[in-house]
Amino acid sequence: MRAKLARGVQSRALVPQLGLLGVVALVILWLAANAAHNMQARGLASGFAFLGRPAGFDISEHLIGFGPEDSNARVFLVGALNTLLVAAIGIVGATVIGFLGGVARLSGNLLVRSLATLYVEVARNIPAAIQILLWYSLIYLAPPPREAEPFLGFVLSNRGLRMPALVWHGAMGPALLLAAALAAGGWVASRVLARRRAGRGGGVSPAWGWAVGLGLAALAVILIGRPVGLDTPHRRGFEFEGGMGLSPVLVALATGLAVYTGAFIAEIVRGGLQSVGVGQTEAARALGLPPGVILRQVVAPQALRAIVPPLSSQYLNLTKNSSLAVIIGYPDLVAVFAGTVLNQTGQAIETISLTMAFYVAVSLCISILMNIWNRRIARWAAPA
Amino acid sequence: MTLAAPVPPSRPALARRLRAQLFATPLDSALTLAVAAMALWGAWGVLQWAVVHATWTGSSRAACRGGGACWAMVTARWEQILAGAYPHGHLWRPLVAVLALAAALTPLVLRRLPTWGFAVSPLGVLLALALLGGAHLLPSVPSDYWGGLLVNLVLGVTGAVFALPLGILLAFGRRSTLPAVRLLSTGYIELVRAAPLITVLFMASVMLPLFLPAGVSLDRLTRAMVVIVLFEAAYMAEAVRGGLQALPRGQGEAARALGIGPLRGALLVVLPQALRVAIPAIVNSLIGLLKDTTLVFVIALLDITGVLRQALSDYAWQGLPLEAYVVIAVAFWIPCFAMSRWAAVLERRGSPVARTRPA
Repeated sequence: MRAKLARGVQSRALVPQLGLLGVVALVILWLAANAAHNMQARGLASGFAFLGRPAGFDISEHLIGFGPEDSNARVFLVGALNTLLVAAIGIVGATVIGFLGGVARLSGNLLVRSLATLYVEVARNIPAAIQILLWYSLIYLAPPPREAEPFLGFVLSNRGLRMPALVWHGAMGPALLLAAALAAGGWVASRVLARRRAGRGGGVSPAWGWAVGLGLAALAVILIGRPVGLDTPHRRGFEFEGGMGLSPVLVALATGLAVYTGAFIAEIVRGGLQSVGVGQTEAARALGLPPGVILRQVVAPQALRAIVPPLSSQYLNLTKNSSLAVIIGYPDLVAVFAGTVLNQTGQAIETISLTMAFYVAVSLCISILMNIWNRRIARWAAPA
Repeated sequence: MTLAAPVPPSRPALARRLRAQLFATPLDSALTLAVAAMALWGAWGVLQWAVVHATWTGSSRAACRGGGACWAMVTARWEQILAGAYPHGHLWRPLVAVLALAAALTPLVLRRLPTWGFAVSPLGVLLALALLGGAHLLPSVPSDYWGGLLVNLVLGVTGAVFALPLGILLAFGRRSTLPAVRLLSTGYIELVRAAPLITVLFMASVMLPLFLPAGVSLDRLTRAMVVIVLFEAAYMAEAVRGGLQALPRGQGEAARALGIGPLRGALLVVLPQALRVAIPAIVNSLIGLLKDTTLVFVIALLDITGVLRQALSDYAWQGLPLEAYVVIAVAFWIPCFAMSRWAAVLERRGSPVARTRPA
């Protein structure tokens, strides 16, 4: 009876569904016919053959080799890598700013709390594009390299940011081998400590095993192999050289994205921390747990459960907002591919579809990664 | 029954509270002093630049010699900043149009979205657009002459007013039991939400003309409006869906049990309650939309950012980007902050449904 009813409902619904699909298909066909007609009128050929042709222009920043004779497909790759680079820097920055800001919003110190509130309310109510343009203008007001003063190895001038870089050299083999052995020792030590702690309750934290092992490993690498050197920027004539340089546009874009998104993350972190009942902290304190343990093992796991899902949508927003690169001339995917390549080839539909496909793919990847993380946190916080 | 009147905090209590909040421990005191010193130093610097050493009037950059901000650029071009190249003698039209736009936006941010809002708001927007354009009754002013903050408001309010009904349809579609409807709605919402607005704007300027039938062409502003409405609808749909999800299933079922048809049940029973829950999210989405309108200068529309960037490329005002962007930042901060406070108030007051919603 029930099945029959359900089938009845379904077959009744089949007509409107087919109707809707038909209308959508007709609209798409109509649009496609218009596009075909218009493109013919303008002498444009559709298709992806343009990807193989040489780009004919240069890109100011590229993580992989690039020259004007390279293909448009390589432009896509260079642009995509630049987008991922600035998004990664922005996400790290926004997370740090956001967590600090969120904790500061709940600080017991009135002044710290007020300043954090001021930051959040200012940063999230000014358009991201304007903030990026403001940072960009500020960097151009920075002193030229010949007047810039290094600070802890970092040099900020109107040519961008130069910072110390790690350089690999020397005999690495034995040092790395020893380091690996010491790190493995640290793992064993942490397991032993954890087991002992579980058996007796209390005792040394298992983290100490890791800390000692990794510390010794790092020491071994530095003392024996010296495979890692620090290349700090130094003055040469009117310029600085050495180290790693970030262009002004990259610095402005990453800073703007991190500061803008950081404000939203701060609100998420504050909400997450507040969602943990006061009773939880009080109960933990009544059990005699030290404040550090309360934060790490009682509050944080519960707060993260509320923080992670909205955090992932902020990461997505930041990645999408990295397309604001085009307004200050950072060569991200949108600027070089949906901008320059489109203008040069006229292949509007193809370039924009490929660009959108890239963002959809990135969105999917971030969603999947954050879902995995979220599942781990949910399990971690679940009562044993 | 009388309620005790709130006791005004006595002075010692205030002093004690301040002490507890600022100088509880030596470490806290050090933190307070360090942060206070830094904040004062920063505020002093900003004050010096923006007010003390600033120049307020002048006809070119040469007039600014104080070493501080050169607001002369802003005072010299305030008309363009507000309305673009709109003919001087007709400035009353943008003024009235902005009032009409504000009136059209109001029903959307009320605590309880009135049903008449769905009819009155689009009417208000169309009225404002007709007034601005002329509509054969007034001297025609093509949209190429509209500019400045006016364009941001036109795009923001048009986007909001027309995206909401579309978003409601999509939200119901996403929760439909019919697979074709659900798939199409979900696909549209997710696809649009994955795309950055800039690519969508590029699409408006280069792709949309290709899809129109031969002989039909839309001006730049209309193209931007169309894609902003289509873009914002996906975000509105998610805001409304949040409200629909917060509603107990029983509401729709009770309506069915009372013999109210599914369409009337959805419109008269489910939707009003869902919108009440969704309003804070809708307002937040509107804030995002308003901020996003600063991007239209990338497709050569002369909104407030476009106008000021044009001023910066003028020889007389070159080299004053900071002043230009600070003005835009303030112009957007005020309405966005006001709306975000309002959203917070709505959320706190909440509806009974919102309060009992399982976390």
